[in-house]
Amino acid sequence: MIAARRVGVSFGDRPVLAEVSFDVAAGQFLCIVGPSGCGKTTLLRALAGLVAPTGGEIVVDGKPVRGPARSRAIVFQDYTKALLPWRTVAGNVALGLEACGVPEPRRGERVQQLLAKMGLAHCAGHYPSQLSGGMQQRVQIARALGQDPQLLLMDEPFGALDAITRQGLQDEVARIAAEQKTTVVFITHDLEEAIYLGDQVIVLASNPGRIAERITVDIPRPRAQLETREDERFLDYRHRLFGLLKH
Amino acid sequence: MRGLVIPSLLVILWEAGSRAGLLPPDSTSRPSEIVRAFVQALADGSLLRDTWLTFEAALLGFAIAGVLGILLGAILGLSPRTERTVGPSIEALRPIPAVALIPLALLVFGFGLRMEAAVVAFAAVWPVLLVTVSAVRGVEPRLLELSRSLELSFPAQLRKIILPAAFARIAVGLRLALAISLVVAVTVEIVLNPRGLGHSMISAQQAMRSDLMYAQLLWLGFVGWALNKVAQR
Repeated sequence: MIAARRVGVSFGDRPVLAEVSFDVAAGQFLCIVGPSGCGKTTLLRALAGLVAPTGGEIVVDGKPVRGPARSRAIVFQDYTKALLPWRTVAGNVALGLEACGVPEPRRGERVQQLLAKMGLAHCAGHYPSQLSGGMQQRVQIARALGQDPQLLLMDEPFGALDAITRQGLQDEVARIAAEQKTTVVFITHDLEEAIYLGDQVIVLASNPGRIAERITVDIPRPRAQLETREDERFLDYRHRLFGLLKH
Repeated sequence: MRGLVIPSLLVILWEAGSRAGLLPPDSTSRPSEIVRAFVQALADGSLLRDTWLTFEAALLGFAIAGVLGILLGAILGLSPRTERTVGPSIEALRPIPAVALIPLALLVFGFGLRMEAAVVAFAAVWPVLLVTVSAVRGVEPRLLELSRSLELSFPAQLRKIILPAAFARIAVGLRLALAISLVVAVTVEIVLNPRGLGHSMISAQQAMRSDLMYAQLLWLGFVGWALNKVAQR
Protein backbone atom coordinates (compact mmCIF):
# COMPACT_ATOMS: atom_id res chain seq x y z
CA MET A 1 0.00 0.00 0.00
CA ILE A 2 2.69 2.48 1.03
CA ALA A 3 6.30 2.17 0.00
CA ALA A 4 8.65 4.86 1.25
CA ARG A 5 12.04 4.64 -0.42
CA ARG A 6 14.97 6.53 1.11
CA VAL A 7 12.79 9.55 1.70
CA GLY A 8 14.63 12.71 2.65
CA VAL A 9 13.25 16.17 3.35
CA SER A 10 15.37 19.27 3.80
CA PHE A 11 14.23 22.76 4.61
CA GLY A 12 16.93 24.88 3.02
CA ASP A 13 20.20 23.45 4.25
CA ARG A 14 18.69 21.74 7.22
CA PRO A 15 17.95 18.05 6.73
CA VAL A 16 14.79 17.13 8.59
CA LEU A 17 14.44 13.56 7.40
CA ALA A 18 17.08 11.33 5.88
CA GLU A 19 16.94 7.95 4.23
CA VAL A 20 13.58 6.90 5.63
CA SER A 21 12.34 3.66 4.09
CA PHE A 22 9.42 1.50 5.13
CA ASP A 23 6.48 -0.44 3.77
CA VAL A 24 2.93 -0.60 5.00
CA ALA A 25 0.58 -3.32 3.80
CA ALA A 26 -3.03 -2.49 2.97
CA GLY A 27 -5.17 -2.41 6.07
CA GLN A 28 -2.19 -2.17 8.36
CA PHE A 29 -1.94 0.26 11.28
CA LEU A 30 1.47 1.92 11.39
CA CYS A 31 2.45 4.06 14.36
CA ILE A 32 5.39 6.41 14.11
CA VAL A 33 6.76 7.53 17.43
CA GLY A 34 9.64 9.81 18.23
CA PRO A 35 10.80 12.70 20.38
CA SER A 36 9.55 16.15 19.46
CA GLY A 37 11.43 17.71 16.58
CA CYS A 38 12.41 14.36 15.04
CA GLY A 39 10.52 15.08 11.84
CA LYS A 40 7.59 12.75 12.38
CA THR A 41 5.05 15.38 11.43
CA THR A 42 7.11 16.24 8.35
CA LEU A 43 7.06 12.56 7.39
CA LEU A 44 3.28 12.50 7.69
CA ARG A 45 2.99 15.66 5.63
CA ALA A 46 5.17 14.10 2.98
CA LEU A 47 2.85 11.07 2.92
CA ALA A 48 -0.08 13.46 2.58
CA GLY A 49 1.63 15.25 -0.29
CA LEU A 50 1.71 18.58 1.54
CA VAL A 51 5.53 18.53 1.62
CA ALA A 52 7.58 17.37 -1.35
CA PRO A 53 10.48 15.07 -0.43
CA THR A 54 13.82 16.45 -1.51
CA GLY A 55 15.13 12.91 -1.88
CA GLY A 56 13.74 9.45 -2.43
CA GLU A 57 10.18 8.61 -3.29
CA ILE A 58 6.87 7.75 -1.67
CA VAL A 59 4.61 5.39 -3.56
CA VAL A 60 1.03 4.90 -2.42
CA ASP A 61 -1.05 2.26 -4.08
CA GLY A 62 1.38 1.94 -6.96
CA LYS A 63 1.45 5.69 -7.70
CA PRO A 64 4.16 8.10 -6.60
CA VAL A 65 2.85 10.87 -4.36
CA ARG A 66 2.97 14.20 -6.21
CA GLY A 67 0.59 16.27 -4.11
CA PRO A 68 -2.39 16.03 -1.81
CA ALA A 69 -5.24 13.70 -2.73
CA ARG A 70 -8.65 13.01 -1.28
CA SER A 71 -7.85 9.32 -1.02
CA ARG A 72 -5.36 10.23 1.70
CA ALA A 73 -7.29 11.91 4.49
CA ILE A 74 -5.49 13.83 7.22
CA VAL A 75 -6.53 14.35 10.82
CA PHE A 76 -4.57 17.28 12.22
CA GLN A 77 -3.46 17.59 15.79
CA ASP A 78 -4.75 21.12 16.30
CA TYR A 79 -8.44 20.45 15.86
CA THR A 80 -9.41 24.01 16.80
CA LYS A 81 -7.63 25.27 13.69
CA ALA A 82 -8.61 22.46 11.36
CA LEU A 83 -12.39 22.77 11.71
CA LEU A 84 -14.47 25.48 10.05
CA PRO A 85 -15.74 27.59 12.96
CA TRP A 86 -18.63 29.00 10.88
CA ARG A 87 -20.01 25.57 10.06
CA THR A 88 -21.88 23.28 12.42
CA VAL A 89 -20.64 19.81 13.27
CA ALA A 90 -22.82 18.39 10.50
CA GLY A 91 -21.57 21.08 8.11
CA ASN A 92 -17.96 20.28 8.88
CA VAL A 93 -18.52 16.60 8.26
CA ALA A 94 -20.37 17.44 5.04
CA LEU A 95 -17.30 19.30 3.73
CA GLY A 96 -15.48 16.04 3.01
CA LEU A 97 -18.53 14.73 1.16
CA GLU A 98 -18.92 17.95 -0.83
CA ALA A 99 -15.30 17.71 -1.89
CA CYS A 100 -15.93 14.15 -3.08
CA GLY A 101 -18.91 15.32 -5.11
CA VAL A 102 -21.52 13.39 -3.13
CA PRO A 103 -24.81 14.86 -4.40
CA GLU A 104 -26.82 16.94 -1.96
CA PRO A 105 -29.75 14.53 -1.39
CA ARG A 106 -27.45 11.68 -0.39
CA ARG A 107 -25.20 13.86 1.74
CA GLY A 108 -27.58 14.31 4.67
CA GLU A 109 -27.98 10.62 5.23
CA ARG A 110 -24.25 9.97 4.94
CA VAL A 111 -23.51 12.77 7.42
CA GLN A 112 -25.93 11.15 9.86
CA GLN A 113 -24.16 7.81 9.49
CA LEU A 114 -20.74 9.37 10.06
CA LEU A 115 -21.96 11.32 13.07
CA ALA A 116 -23.52 8.21 14.54
CA LYS A 117 -20.33 6.25 13.98
CA MET A 118 -18.29 8.85 15.89
CA GLY A 119 -20.87 9.32 18.64
CA LEU A 120 -21.70 12.85 17.53
CA ALA A 121 -25.36 12.42 16.55
CA HIS A 122 -26.61 14.52 19.47
CA CYS A 123 -24.51 17.57 18.59
CA ALA A 124 -24.97 17.77 14.81
CA GLY A 125 -26.26 21.34 15.09
CA HIS A 126 -23.57 22.60 17.46
CA TYR A 127 -20.61 24.69 16.39
CA PRO A 128 -17.09 23.36 17.01
CA SER A 129 -16.40 26.02 19.63
CA GLN A 130 -19.26 24.64 21.71
CA LEU A 131 -17.63 21.21 21.95
CA SER A 132 -14.90 19.74 24.12
CA GLY A 133 -11.54 18.93 22.55
CA GLY A 134 -12.32 15.24 22.34
CA MET A 135 -15.59 15.91 20.56
CA GLN A 136 -13.92 18.32 18.13
CA GLN A 137 -11.37 15.68 17.29
CA ARG A 138 -14.22 13.25 16.64
CA VAL A 139 -15.64 15.76 14.16
CA GLN A 140 -12.33 15.85 12.33
CA ILE A 141 -12.18 12.06 12.21
CA ALA A 142 -15.76 11.90 10.94
CA ARG A 143 -14.93 14.42 8.22
CA ALA A 144 -11.87 12.40 7.20
CA LEU A 145 -13.91 9.18 7.07
CA GLY A 146 -16.40 10.97 4.83
CA GLN A 147 -13.68 11.15 2.19
CA ASP A 148 -13.73 7.36 2.12
CA PRO A 149 -9.96 7.37 2.33
CA GLN A 150 -7.74 4.45 1.42
CA LEU A 151 -5.20 5.91 3.76
CA LEU A 152 -5.91 7.74 7.00
CA LEU A 153 -3.07 9.97 8.17
CA MET A 154 -3.28 11.07 11.79
CA ASP A 155 -0.87 13.62 13.22
CA GLU A 156 -0.74 13.24 17.00
CA PRO A 157 -4.51 13.41 16.99
CA PHE A 158 -4.92 12.80 20.71
CA GLY A 159 -1.84 14.71 21.91
CA ALA A 160 -3.85 17.53 23.43
CA LEU A 161 -6.52 15.41 25.07
CA ASP A 162 -6.82 14.11 28.61
CA ALA A 163 -5.99 10.48 29.35
CA ILE A 164 -9.54 9.17 29.61
CA THR A 165 -10.80 10.85 26.42
CA ARG A 166 -7.66 9.68 24.71
CA GLN A 167 -8.18 6.03 25.60
CA GLY A 168 -11.77 6.14 24.45
CA LEU A 169 -10.74 7.60 21.09
CA GLN A 170 -7.88 5.11 20.71
CA ASP A 171 -10.33 2.26 20.94
CA GLU A 172 -12.70 3.91 18.49
CA VAL A 173 -10.03 4.57 15.91
CA ALA A 174 -8.80 0.98 16.25
CA ARG A 175 -12.34 -0.33 15.84
CA ILE A 176 -13.11 1.84 12.81
CA ALA A 177 -9.80 1.04 11.12
CA ALA A 178 -10.50 -2.66 11.58
CA GLU A 179 -14.11 -2.34 10.39
CA GLN A 180 -13.30 -0.36 7.27
CA LYS A 181 -9.96 -2.06 6.61
CA THR A 182 -8.43 1.39 6.24
CA THR A 183 -4.67 1.70 6.24
CA VAL A 184 -3.64 4.09 9.00
CA VAL A 185 -0.45 6.00 9.66
CA PHE A 186 -0.60 7.40 13.15
CA ILE A 187 1.96 9.83 14.56
CA THR A 188 2.39 10.06 18.31
CA HIS A 189 4.99 10.93 20.91
CA ASP A 190 3.47 8.42 23.30
CA LEU A 191 5.21 5.06 23.07
CA GLU A 192 2.44 3.13 24.81
CA GLU A 193 -0.16 4.61 22.49
CA ALA A 194 1.97 3.52 19.53
CA ILE A 195 2.26 -0.07 20.73
CA TYR A 196 -1.37 -0.24 21.79
CA LEU A 197 -2.64 0.88 18.39
CA GLY A 198 -0.03 -0.32 15.94
CA ASP A 199 0.52 -3.43 13.88
CA GLN A 200 3.89 -1.93 13.20
CA VAL A 201 5.77 0.69 15.20
CA ILE A 202 8.57 2.80 13.80
CA VAL A 203 10.73 4.79 16.19
CA LEU A 204 12.39 7.86 14.72
CA ALA A 205 15.60 9.42 16.01
CA SER A 206 16.36 13.12 15.61
CA ASN A 207 18.83 15.26 13.69
CA PRO A 208 18.14 14.37 11.02
CA GLY A 209 15.00 12.30 11.46
CA ARG A 210 15.75 8.69 10.64
CA ILE A 211 14.46 5.27 11.54
CA ALA A 212 16.01 4.08 14.79
CA GLU A 213 13.97 0.91 15.21
CA ARG A 214 11.03 -0.88 13.70
CA ILE A 215 8.97 -3.56 15.36
CA THR A 216 5.98 -5.65 14.45
CA VAL A 217 3.46 -5.73 17.27
CA ASP A 218 2.32 -9.26 17.70
CA ILE A 219 -0.61 -8.76 20.03
CA PRO A 220 -3.98 -9.99 18.78
CA ARG A 221 -6.93 -7.67 18.18
CA PRO A 222 -9.26 -6.46 19.44
CA ARG A 223 -7.05 -5.09 22.13
CA ALA A 224 -8.26 -3.83 25.48
CA GLN A 225 -6.91 -0.90 27.46
CA LEU A 226 -6.30 -2.89 30.63
CA GLU A 227 -5.38 -6.37 29.44
CA THR A 228 -3.27 -5.35 26.46
CA ARG A 229 -1.24 -2.89 28.47
CA GLU A 230 -0.51 -5.60 31.04
CA ASP A 231 0.32 -8.18 28.39
CA GLU A 232 3.88 -9.47 28.64
CA ARG A 233 4.55 -8.76 24.98
CA PHE A 234 3.35 -5.19 25.41
CA LEU A 235 5.79 -4.69 28.26
CA ASP A 236 8.57 -6.29 26.23
CA TYR A 237 8.05 -3.91 23.35
CA ARG A 238 7.90 -1.04 25.72
CA HIS A 239 11.22 -2.00 27.30
CA ARG A 240 12.86 -2.45 23.94
CA LEU A 241 11.79 0.89 22.56
CA PHE A 242 11.82 3.01 25.68
CA GLY A 243 15.56 3.65 25.65
CA LEU A 244 15.43 4.91 22.07
CA LEU A 245 13.19 7.79 23.02
CA LYS A 246 15.56 9.17 25.60
CA HIS A 247 18.17 11.63 24.51
CA MET B 1 -31.57 64.00 22.69
CA ARG B 2 -28.82 66.29 24.01
CA GLY B 3 -27.18 65.95 20.59
CA LEU B 4 -30.10 67.82 19.03
CA VAL B 5 -29.61 70.95 21.12
CA ILE B 6 -26.86 72.50 19.00
CA PRO B 7 -28.44 71.84 15.57
CA SER B 8 -31.81 73.18 16.77
CA LEU B 9 -30.19 76.27 18.19
CA LEU B 10 -28.27 76.83 14.96
CA VAL B 11 -31.40 76.49 12.85
CA ILE B 12 -33.24 79.01 15.02
CA LEU B 13 -30.34 81.47 14.93
CA TRP B 14 -30.02 80.98 11.18
CA GLU B 15 -33.69 81.66 10.52
CA ALA B 16 -33.68 84.68 12.83
CA GLY B 17 -30.45 86.06 11.42
CA SER B 18 -31.69 85.64 7.89
CA ARG B 19 -35.00 87.38 8.62
CA ALA B 20 -33.14 90.21 10.35
CA GLY B 21 -31.04 90.65 7.23
CA LEU B 22 -27.78 89.71 8.97
CA LEU B 23 -26.89 86.88 6.56
CA PRO B 24 -26.14 87.22 2.82
CA PRO B 25 -29.37 86.12 1.09
CA ASP B 26 -27.67 84.59 -1.98
CA SER B 27 -25.61 81.94 -0.22
CA THR B 28 -27.76 81.28 2.83
CA SER B 29 -31.37 80.47 2.28
CA ARG B 30 -33.65 80.47 5.29
CA PRO B 31 -34.34 77.11 6.89
CA SER B 32 -38.02 77.62 6.16
CA GLU B 33 -37.25 78.08 2.45
CA ILE B 34 -35.02 75.03 2.48
CA VAL B 35 -37.80 72.95 3.98
CA ARG B 36 -40.20 74.23 1.34
CA ALA B 37 -37.74 73.42 -1.46
CA PHE B 38 -37.18 69.98 0.03
CA VAL B 39 -40.88 69.19 0.23
CA GLN B 40 -41.36 70.40 -3.32
CA ALA B 41 -38.45 68.37 -4.70
CA LEU B 42 -39.75 65.35 -2.86
CA ALA B 43 -43.29 65.92 -4.13
CA ASP B 44 -42.38 66.32 -7.81
CA GLY B 45 -40.23 63.20 -7.65
CA SER B 46 -37.04 64.91 -8.83
CA LEU B 47 -35.21 64.32 -5.55
CA LEU B 48 -35.91 60.61 -5.46
CA ARG B 49 -35.17 60.21 -9.16
CA ASP B 50 -31.80 61.96 -8.75
CA THR B 51 -31.08 59.88 -5.67
CA TRP B 52 -31.77 56.73 -7.63
CA LEU B 53 -29.50 57.84 -10.48
CA THR B 54 -26.67 58.55 -8.07
CA PHE B 55 -27.22 55.29 -6.25
CA GLU B 56 -27.38 53.37 -9.47
CA ALA B 57 -23.92 54.55 -10.46
CA ALA B 58 -22.49 54.30 -6.93
CA LEU B 59 -23.80 50.76 -6.40
CA LEU B 60 -22.79 49.55 -9.84
CA GLY B 61 -19.29 50.90 -9.31
CA PHE B 62 -19.24 49.44 -5.82
CA ALA B 63 -20.32 46.03 -7.10
CA ILE B 64 -17.61 46.02 -9.76
CA ALA B 65 -15.04 47.11 -7.17
CA GLY B 66 -16.25 44.46 -4.72
CA VAL B 67 -16.08 41.55 -7.15
CA LEU B 68 -12.79 42.63 -8.71
CA GLY B 69 -11.21 43.54 -5.39
CA ILE B 70 -12.14 40.28 -3.70
CA LEU B 71 -11.16 38.09 -6.63
CA LEU B 72 -7.88 39.82 -7.31
CA GLY B 73 -7.18 40.18 -3.59
CA ALA B 74 -7.74 36.47 -3.04
CA ILE B 75 -5.39 35.56 -5.88
CA LEU B 76 -2.69 37.95 -4.70
CA GLY B 77 -3.12 36.88 -1.10
CA LEU B 78 -2.80 33.20 -1.94
CA SER B 79 0.04 33.41 -4.42
CA PRO B 80 3.10 35.35 -3.32
CA ARG B 81 4.58 34.83 -6.77
CA THR B 82 1.68 36.55 -8.52
CA GLU B 83 1.86 39.25 -5.89
CA ARG B 84 5.51 39.89 -6.73
CA THR B 85 4.67 40.11 -10.45
CA VAL B 86 1.47 42.14 -10.29
CA GLY B 87 2.08 44.03 -7.05
CA PRO B 88 4.31 46.80 -8.45
CA SER B 89 1.87 47.58 -11.26
CA ILE B 90 -0.92 47.87 -8.73
CA GLU B 91 1.16 50.10 -6.51
CA ALA B 92 1.77 52.35 -9.52
CA LEU B 93 -1.96 52.71 -10.25
CA ARG B 94 -3.10 53.19 -6.70
CA PRO B 95 -1.85 56.76 -6.11
CA ILE B 96 -3.80 58.10 -9.13
CA PRO B 97 -6.66 60.15 -7.71
CA ALA B 98 -9.88 58.61 -9.01
CA VAL B 99 -11.29 61.99 -10.06
CA ALA B 100 -8.26 62.49 -12.30
CA LEU B 101 -9.61 59.62 -14.36
CA ILE B 102 -12.83 61.47 -15.16
CA PRO B 103 -11.54 62.88 -18.50
CA LEU B 104 -10.29 59.46 -19.55
CA ALA B 105 -13.52 57.78 -18.51
CA LEU B 106 -15.45 60.38 -20.47
CA LEU B 107 -13.34 59.67 -23.51
CA VAL B 108 -13.93 55.93 -23.27
CA PHE B 109 -17.56 55.78 -22.16
CA GLY B 110 -19.06 59.18 -22.91
CA PHE B 111 -21.53 60.78 -20.50
CA GLY B 112 -23.77 58.55 -18.47
CA LEU B 113 -23.95 55.66 -16.08
CA ARG B 114 -21.02 53.66 -17.37
CA MET B 115 -18.37 56.33 -17.08
CA GLU B 116 -19.55 57.29 -13.61
CA ALA B 117 -19.56 53.67 -12.44
CA ALA B 118 -16.09 53.16 -13.89
CA VAL B 119 -14.62 56.05 -11.92
CA VAL B 120 -16.43 54.88 -8.78
CA ALA B 121 -15.10 51.36 -9.28
CA PHE B 122 -11.55 52.63 -9.65
CA ALA B 123 -11.81 54.60 -6.43
CA ALA B 124 -13.56 51.89 -4.43
CA VAL B 125 -11.52 48.87 -5.50
CA TRP B 126 -8.45 49.73 -3.41
CA PRO B 127 -9.78 49.28 0.10
CA VAL B 128 -11.42 46.00 -0.95
CA LEU B 129 -8.29 44.75 -2.66
CA LEU B 130 -5.87 45.64 0.12
CA VAL B 131 -8.06 44.33 2.91
CA THR B 132 -8.75 41.11 1.00
CA VAL B 133 -5.06 40.47 0.40
CA SER B 134 -4.25 40.78 4.08
CA ALA B 135 -7.38 38.92 5.18
CA VAL B 136 -6.61 36.01 2.88
CA ARG B 137 -3.03 35.92 4.08
CA GLY B 138 -4.38 35.75 7.61
CA VAL B 139 -6.52 32.69 6.95
CA GLU B 140 -5.47 29.80 9.14
CA PRO B 141 -2.85 27.80 7.15
CA ARG B 142 -4.40 24.57 8.42
CA LEU B 143 -7.58 25.38 6.56
CA LEU B 144 -5.67 25.96 3.34
CA GLU B 145 -3.92 22.62 3.79
CA LEU B 146 -7.26 21.04 4.45
CA SER B 147 -8.71 22.45 1.25
CA ARG B 148 -5.66 21.24 -0.67
CA SER B 149 -5.92 17.77 0.76
CA LEU B 150 -9.61 17.74 -0.16
CA GLU B 151 -8.58 18.71 -3.70
CA LEU B 152 -11.09 21.56 -3.80
CA SER B 153 -11.12 23.56 -7.03
CA PHE B 154 -10.09 27.20 -6.73
CA PRO B 155 -13.67 28.52 -6.86
CA ALA B 156 -14.76 25.94 -4.27
CA GLN B 157 -11.78 26.80 -2.10
CA LEU B 158 -12.73 30.45 -2.33
CA ARG B 159 -16.40 29.87 -1.61
CA LYS B 160 -16.17 27.24 1.09
CA ILE B 161 -12.98 28.10 2.96
CA ILE B 162 -11.22 31.35 2.18
CA LEU B 163 -14.02 33.87 1.87
CA PRO B 164 -15.95 32.69 4.95
CA ALA B 165 -12.70 32.62 6.94
CA ALA B 166 -11.71 36.10 5.76
CA PHE B 167 -15.21 37.54 5.65
CA ALA B 168 -15.17 39.63 8.81
CA ARG B 169 -12.11 41.53 7.64
CA ILE B 170 -13.22 41.82 4.02
CA ALA B 171 -16.49 43.34 5.25
CA VAL B 172 -14.52 46.24 6.71
CA GLY B 173 -13.03 46.95 3.29
CA LEU B 174 -16.44 46.70 1.63
CA ARG B 175 -17.96 49.16 4.08
CA LEU B 176 -15.18 51.64 3.38
CA ALA B 177 -15.62 51.11 -0.36
CA LEU B 178 -19.34 51.77 -0.13
CA ALA B 179 -18.79 55.14 1.54
CA ILE B 180 -16.18 56.05 -1.08
CA SER B 181 -18.56 54.99 -3.87
CA LEU B 182 -21.18 57.54 -2.89
CA VAL B 183 -18.61 60.31 -2.51
CA VAL B 184 -17.06 59.65 -5.89
CA ALA B 185 -20.40 59.26 -7.68
CA VAL B 186 -21.54 62.66 -6.41
CA THR B 187 -18.17 64.19 -7.29
CA VAL B 188 -18.32 62.93 -10.87
CA GLU B 189 -21.83 64.33 -11.18
CA ILE B 190 -20.82 67.70 -9.84
CA VAL B 191 -17.80 67.91 -12.08
CA LEU B 192 -19.43 66.95 -15.34
CA ASN B 193 -21.79 64.02 -15.54
CA PRO B 194 -25.28 65.39 -16.19
CA ARG B 195 -27.24 63.08 -13.93
CA GLY B 196 -28.00 62.40 -10.28
CA LEU B 197 -27.89 64.40 -7.08
CA GLY B 198 -24.50 65.97 -7.73
CA HIS B 199 -25.63 67.38 -11.04
CA SER B 200 -28.88 68.69 -9.53
CA MET B 201 -26.94 70.40 -6.78
CA ILE B 202 -24.60 72.18 -9.12
CA SER B 203 -27.56 73.11 -11.33
CA ALA B 204 -29.45 74.52 -8.35
CA GLN B 205 -26.41 76.51 -7.34
CA GLN B 206 -26.01 77.92 -10.85
CA ALA B 207 -29.71 78.81 -10.98
CA MET B 208 -29.27 80.73 -7.72
CA ARG B 209 -31.57 78.24 -6.01
CA SER B 210 -29.52 77.96 -2.85
CA ASP B 211 -32.63 76.80 -0.96
CA LEU B 212 -32.84 73.72 -3.21
CA MET B 213 -29.09 73.21 -3.03
CA TYR B 214 -29.20 73.14 0.77
CA ALA B 215 -32.14 70.79 0.70
CA GLN B 216 -30.23 68.42 -1.56
CA LEU B 217 -27.09 68.73 0.54
CA LEU B 218 -28.93 67.82 3.73
CA TRP B 219 -30.71 64.98 1.94
CA LEU B 220 -27.38 63.69 0.67
CA GLY B 221 -26.01 63.75 4.19
CA PHE B 222 -28.98 61.77 5.39
CA VAL B 223 -28.72 59.28 2.55
CA GLY B 224 -25.01 58.75 3.18
CA TRP B 225 -25.68 58.21 6.85
CA ALA B 226 -28.46 55.73 6.09
CA LEU B 227 -26.26 53.84 3.62
CA ASN B 228 -23.57 53.53 6.23
CA LYS B 229 -26.11 52.27 8.76
CA VAL B 230 -27.31 49.62 6.32
CA ALA B 231 -23.73 48.60 5.55
CA GLN B 232 -22.94 48.11 9.22
CA ARG B 233 -25.44 45.33 9.55
